[in-house]
Amino acid sequence: MANKNEYLPFRSEILEVIKHAELEYTFRMSYDRGKEHPVNPGQFFEISIPKYGEAPISVSGITDHSLDFTIRRVGSLTDEIFENYVGDHFFMRGPYGNGFNVNMFKGKEVILVAGGSGLSPVHGVIDYFADHLDEIKKLTVIVGFKSPDDILFKEDQKVWLEKGIHLITTVDHAPEGYEGHVGMVTKYIPELEFDNMAKAIAVVVGPPPMIKFSILELKKIGFNENNIWLSESRKMCCGLGKCGHCRIGDVYICQDGPVFKYTQIQTMID
Amino acid sequence: MGYQLSGQALTSAFKKWSAEYDIYAPMVFEGTGRFSETDVIRYGKVTDPAQIVWDERSEYSFKDVLTPVCQVLFYFTENEVKEADFPPKGAIIFLRSCDLHAVKRLDFMFLENGPEDYYYKTLRDRVKFVLMGCEHPFEDCFCVSMGTNVSTDYDAAVNAKDGEYFLDCPDATLAAALQEFAERTCDVVPDHVEEDDVEVTIPDNLTNAIAKTSIWDEYDKRCIKCGRCTLACPTCTCWSMQDIFYTENGKAGERRRVQTSCMFDDYTTVAGGGCFRQKAGERMRFKVLHKVMDFNTRAGFQMCVGCGRCDAICPEYISLTNCINTKLPQGMKEVLENGQ
Repeated sequence: MANKNEYLPFRSEILEVIKHAELEYTFRMSYDRGKEHPVNPGQFFEISIPKYGEAPISVSGITDHSLDFTIRRVGSLTDEIFENYVGDHFFMRGPYGNGFNVNMFKGKEVILVAGGSGLSPVHGVIDYFADHLDEIKKLTVIVGFKSPDDILFKEDQKVWLEKGIHLITTVDHAPEGYEGHVGMVTKYIPELEFDNMAKAIAVVVGPPPMIKFSILELKKIGFNENNIWLSESRKMCCGLGKCGHCRIGDVYICQDGPVFKYTQIQTMID
Repeated sequence: MGYQLSGQALTSAFKKWSAEYDIYAPMVFEGTGRFSETDVIRYGKVTDPAQIVWDERSEYSFKDVLTPVCQVLFYFTENEVKEADFPPKGAIIFLRSCDLHAVKRLDFMFLENGPEDYYYKTLRDRVKFVLMGCEHPFEDCFCVSMGTNVSTDYDAAVNAKDGEYFLDCPDATLAAALQEFAERTCDVVPDHVEEDDVEVTIPDNLTNAIAKTSIWDEYDKRCIKCGRCTLACPTCTCWSMQDIFYTENGKAGERRRVQTSCMFDDYTTVAGGGCFRQKAGERMRFKVLHKVMDFNTRAGFQMCVGCGRCDAICPEYISLTNCINTKLPQGMKEVLENGQ
């Protein structure tokens, strides 16, 4: 007999819509399956809109009864998602992927480098350590956006700063007179200060070129490559290791990742 | 124990079997070939052994029975989803040794790589396999090189000789009908090929580094990314999700999965237009290394079963066997020379 049908999505209500930027909203969705299917930061769901299909979206926030999905409006499916408002419903299925285990960071100096909506997969990690800062030595977050208008999670960022997280928010380009940091995330990597770099842990999440150059920069300052982690993203039609789209070499991003040790996939070629 | 049956007797056995099973076998579809006024040999439902093509290899494999080209997963309305029905009957599939080995590859993907696939498993549980003996190899076959020329885990096996059929049948359900109509019992060992015209040797020093060598460049010019090689391949399993809707407001419809190919343009395209492998050579490299290296790393056995269908179907005469035998060693030589 076949097991459960993993492809049937369940229905979830939109509890709140948080607008960050013109193209980026967070949808807070009801989730009451946490006991049977607990969710970790870095895991993803297939958000499913009949007629438009499905898209893998990272969980950017987790509570006992809800999940946040921060979605960038870039395609036909996300266009449709953006037509929905509080009280409407999405279908979804998941959680999929390994996600981050917060225990791997405990007792360490932690560097998170994120680009744009790449902040979503590590958002839950930052939230956790904002409340449990005593469990790690230090948390530095370098996050980059295209322009000041594209900055995500502004309210959350204020909270993180208040709670003692070393947060550097930078934008690629800014109009004259902008007072925040300007430049790529890589610009701020050489400025990092460590008590013991050999034992520090870094996570890099974002678009592929940003991941590539951030890792190069980390290696340049002598960061131990064995302590670099990253979260990958690819086209996925199933999240279950079946459809084949996310395969790189002998690795399936949806099954073995999306969170990987850098050394595990550095020789893999798309 | 085996049975000898005439064509008529086997037709009677088919009729008995068909109470519970649809029988799928390679057959000729006239006038629907790739060129004007040509035929195609592919799988279809048969009721009579005379409909089965015994003396040629089918251009497409049996896999459509287990992983349909287009499979409805569920129907949706605004507020609910309803799982699609399965065929009322199970399936008996006539296939050759290489293809029976291909089933093991499909099983790995759908049953072991990640959680069990509900739709595959449901179909798979109701399938019986009848091995078709191979008296001689077909053009492009290299089953011996891939170790897939002999199969023993069949439900029944058949050798067809001059309109008479000789069956070995370990499966009790299928055997009941054969017993009833058999002319006589006899020992039957399914025919198998000992030597193919084509031999391939996968270099044993293959590494990821070969992906960056120049051997793939040639395919940029030759390959037209049509994906026939993967659709004809019995071990390729990739699919995409597809929604269609019935009503004008788009609130009711169905979600399907459809076979796709790593050769296609939209295979890696993500929202926003990003694409990981643009060039045909890169896609060829992705496919070939899966067949002869990456799958093996993950599953513990090679993916390619040596059926030769991809070589036969390619409109650009691109040959996997040639790629394995000459290109891969060249590539590894390049890797070693460059000290990568």
